[in-house]
Amino acid sequence: MAVTMRRRQRAPGRTFWAILAVPAVVWLAVFFVVPFYTVLAISGGYLNPFLQEPVAVWNPLQWSAANLDSLMRDITGAGAFIGPIVARTLVYVVAASVLSLLIGYPAAYFVARFAGRRKGLFLLLLIAPFWISYMMRMLAWIDLLQTGGYINRLLSLVGISPVNWLGGESVTVILGLAYGYIPYLILVLYAGLDRIDPRLIEAGRDLGLGRVRTFLRVTLPLSRQPILTGMLITVLPMLGDYFTNQMLSGTASTSMLGNVIDGQLETPGLQGQGAVLSMMMLTVLLVPMLYYVIATNRSSREAVS
Amino acid sequence: MTAAPAAPTRQTTAPRAEPARRIRWPRRNPWGHPWLLEGFTWLYLIWSLVPIVIAVLFSFNNGKSQSAWQGFSMRWYTTDPLQSVLHNPELHAAVLQTFRLAAYTTVIAVPLGVAFAVGINRWRGPIPAAANFTMILSFVVPELIFGVAMFFVFTSLFTAIKLGTIAETAGLVTWNVSWPAIIVQARLATIGRQYEEAAADLGANRPQTVRRVLLPLLSPAIFASAVLIFSGVIDDFVLVDLLSSTASTQPMSVIIYSNTRGGNSGPALNALGTIMLVMSFLVALIGFVGYRWLTRGERGGATAALTVLSGAEG
Repeated sequence: MAVTMRRRQRAPGRTFWAILAVPAVVWLAVFFVVPFYTVLAISGGYLNPFLQEPVAVWNPLQWSAANLDSLMRDITGAGAFIGPIVARTLVYVVAASVLSLLIGYPAAYFVARFAGRRKGLFLLLLIAPFWISYMMRMLAWIDLLQTGGYINRLLSLVGISPVNWLGGESVTVILGLAYGYIPYLILVLYAGLDRIDPRLIEAGRDLGLGRVRTFLRVTLPLSRQPILTGMLITVLPMLGDYFTNQMLSGTASTSMLGNVIDGQLETPGLQGQGAVLSMMMLTVLLVPMLYYVIATNRSSREAVS
Repeated sequence: MTAAPAAPTRQTTAPRAEPARRIRWPRRNPWGHPWLLEGFTWLYLIWSLVPIVIAVLFSFNNGKSQSAWQGFSMRWYTTDPLQSVLHNPELHAAVLQTFRLAAYTTVIAVPLGVAFAVGINRWRGPIPAAANFTMILSFVVPELIFGVAMFFVFTSLFTAIKLGTIAETAGLVTWNVSWPAIIVQARLATIGRQYEEAAADLGANRPQTVRRVLLPLLSPAIFASAVLIFSGVIDDFVLVDLLSSTASTQPMSVIIYSNTRGGNSGPALNALGTIMLVMSFLVALIGFVGYRWLTRGERGGATAALTVLSGAEG
C-alpha cells in the first residue's frame, strides 16, 4: 500500500522539491562556480600595461600563458623567490601539524575515554577556543611575547636573556600555527575517538593485552580515520594561512605561500600572478579535498546506519 | 553518541590491595585512572586558555602596557576620549560591522541552506547530485582560495558591486550556507520518512507537510546551524579581509589584524577582542540553552549539544 502510494506521489512531487533547492543552487552557481571561472579567466588573461590591471579572457580557447610564465619565472627562474617560500611553507605546515597531533591526540584521547562524569567540563574547555576569535588568540600571544612581556620575564628568572620572539622567529610562527589550529584537530579527534565502541577495548583487555598494547592494536588502528581527517582539517587552512605569521613575525624571512598570494592581490600588476598561484594551489589540494569529502560522507553514513 | 566507558567507577570497585603492593598499584590496575594523561590534558588547557584570560584582563588595564598591571579601568572601552572602542570611530564602526555582517549572513544563509537540504534530499537526478557535490566542495575549499575567487569576481566581473558590505555578505553566505545544508541533511536522515507519510495519509499536501511536520522536527538542526553561522561570521577573517575596502567596512577581526602587524598592539585592541569574545560566548550560551530546550526529551544531553554546536557533527 505504502509503496504504491509513494510511487504515485513521487512524480508530481519532484518539482516541489526542486523549487525548494533551486535558490541555493542558483546562489552557488553565481557566487561559487562563476567566481572560480573568473579566476581561471584572469589566469589565462593578460595585464593591461597602462592601468596595471588584470584583463580577463572569458573564452578558454584564447587563454594565454603570460601570467603563468611570469609566475614560473618567480618560482624557478634566476631571481626566484617563491621556490624557497614553498619549501618553507611545507616545513612550517608539517612541523605545526605534527606538533598539533602530538599535543592534541593525548588530550582528545583522555577526554573521550577517561573524563567520566567530568566529560562535559573538559569538552567545554576544549571547545572554548573554537568560540574565541583567531585574531584575539594571536593578539594574546603578541602581548605575552613582547620584549618586556611575561614570557621573557619568566625566562629571565631562569637566567635567559630576552628573546625578540616577534622579530621573525620560525619557532614563534610554527608554535603560533599549532596553537591556532589545534582546537579544530582536537574536536575531530574527540568525535572519532568517542565513537569507538568501548567493548572493543574491553575485548582487547580480556584477551590479555596490557594497556599499551591494547592502545597500539585496538585504539590506534581505529583512530586512523579521525587522525587523517583531523590532519586535513588543519593542514588545508594552514597552507593558505597568511595572517598567523604576519601577526607573529611580520618579516619576509618567515613568509609563507599565503603571504605571497595576499601580497600579489594587493600589488597592482601582480594580481594575474596571484590568480594563477591560487589555481595551482587549488589543483594540488583538490586530491586531499576530495578525499576529505569521501571520508566524511562515509563516516556520516556509518553514523546514521 | 555512546556513553563514556565508566573507567573511574571501576577503579573504586577494585579490591583494595595490601599496603606493600599498593604503591605499584596504579601501574598494575589496567582500569586505573591515567593521571599522567589527565595532567597532560590540563597542561594543554592551560596553554590554550590562560593567554586569553591574560589578554582579557589587560583590556581593563589603566595604562598602555600589556605586561604591567596599572589598576582596573574601563578606559579602553568607554572613558578614553580618543582611543576607546566607544569613541574611536574606526573601532566603533568595526563592532557594528561585525554585528551587521553576522546578522545579514545568518538571515540569508539559513533559509537558503535549509530549503536546499530539504529539497536536495528528495530531488533525484544528475542536477541535484552535482549541486550537492558543489555544496560539499564549498565546505572544504581553503578559505584563501575561495576568497581570491570572490575578490576577482567583484573586481573584474560584478563590478557594479564594489568591495564592501554587499561583497562581504555574498562571500560569507556562500562560505556558510553549507552548515545548514549539511546539518539539516544529517537530521533528515535520522528522522526518516514515516512522519511525512503519516501526514500524507492524513491528507496533508506537500507544503503543509513541510511546514507542519518537517520544520518542527528540523528545528534543532536549523537553530544549531544559525548559531554556527552567526558565531562563524563573528570570527571570520580571511574573506572579510579580502572583500572589505575602506576602514568603515572592516569588521573587528580585520581591525585587530591590521593594527597588530609587526607587534604594535594597544589595549584598545584587547578591548575589541574581548567584545568579540563576549559576543561569541553569548551566542554560544543562547545556542546551548536553546538547543537543549529544542531537543528536550531526546537522548544525548549536554555533551551532544556541545558537539553539535561546535560543528563536530556536520
